[in-house]
Amino acid sequence: MVAACTCQRDKRNFEPYPMHGFANPARFLRLAKWLTPLLLVSGMVVTLAALAWGYTTAPPDRLMGDSVKILFIHLPVAWLGMGGWTAIAIASLVELVWRHPLASIAARAAAVPGAVFAFLCLATGSIWGRPTWGTWWVWDGRLTSMLVLLFLYLGYIALSSALAREGSSSRIAAIFGLVGAINVPIINRSVVWWNSLHQPPSITMGKSMIDPVYLYPVLVSLLGFSLLFGAVVLMRMRTILADMQAEARLRRKAMQAAEGV
Amino acid sequence: MREQFDMMAFVNAVYALTFLCVTALLVWSWLGMRKSEKKREEAREK
Repeated sequence: MVAACTCQRDKRNFEPYPMHGFANPARFLRLAKWLTPLLLVSGMVVTLAALAWGYTTAPPDRLMGDSVKILFIHLPVAWLGMGGWTAIAIASLVELVWRHPLASIAARAAAVPGAVFAFLCLATGSIWGRPTWGTWWVWDGRLTSMLVLLFLYLGYIALSSALAREGSSSRIAAIFGLVGAINVPIINRSVVWWNSLHQPPSITMGKSMIDPVYLYPVLVSLLGFSLLFGAVVLMRMRTILADMQAEARLRRKAMQAAEGV
Repeated sequence: MREQFDMMAFVNAVYALTFLCVTALLVWSWLGMRKSEKKREEAREK
């Protein structure tokens, strides 16, 4: 009798992987409802504070002059542009291997902010290049691979939206997300592998070549933009989930009405 | 001859562009979420 009770309890609480605890959309929505405004407000405060700090207090650089203030935006958006695709790749892997129900939604949700940050990285880098390199654009490894990342984002958004509209499986988008991840290490190592106008990596694991007077505002700015990125991902996940639930409900009601006739 | 640039004009352009893009992204995401969640509630009530 005791053994039977234990067995039933185990079956009821059985979750094959710890992450499946968050697979329940209702549980996710409860978490997202208070986390979204928290990330949004803290992200806005931290980002504005970091940018104001860097803009007003950073001294001109010996070589780049006042244009060094662009660093406080360019570096965080570049990292988040790559981080967005890394998130898509991880979510795609989770979807393909563990079939987590929220993984495809998370991957789709990370695509739009990732594309916006990749675009901002290219645009701010181009504006920075004009006074420091004397040109808006060069077809070198870093800039070209970043442009490829922007096109990958646009392709992913188009593909995943088309699959969702057709009601098809999101596995093709997940495979695309995983294959596209090959571009992230290429972007990262491009300035080491090929000759480039772009400077070598300023920050590597545990080491920084940036003076602390610039480094600290950059790190705070990275934190602020990351919080905003997280807020947008949560808002996009809630949007996609709400659209799916509304559509499923309307379809069910239409079927019930048709059966009634 | 080396070109002379007003560096702060480029800095201001970057800050303005980033502010516009990030604000547009946040407003679009927030309004889209509100609209979709309202649509879900309406579907529940129908």
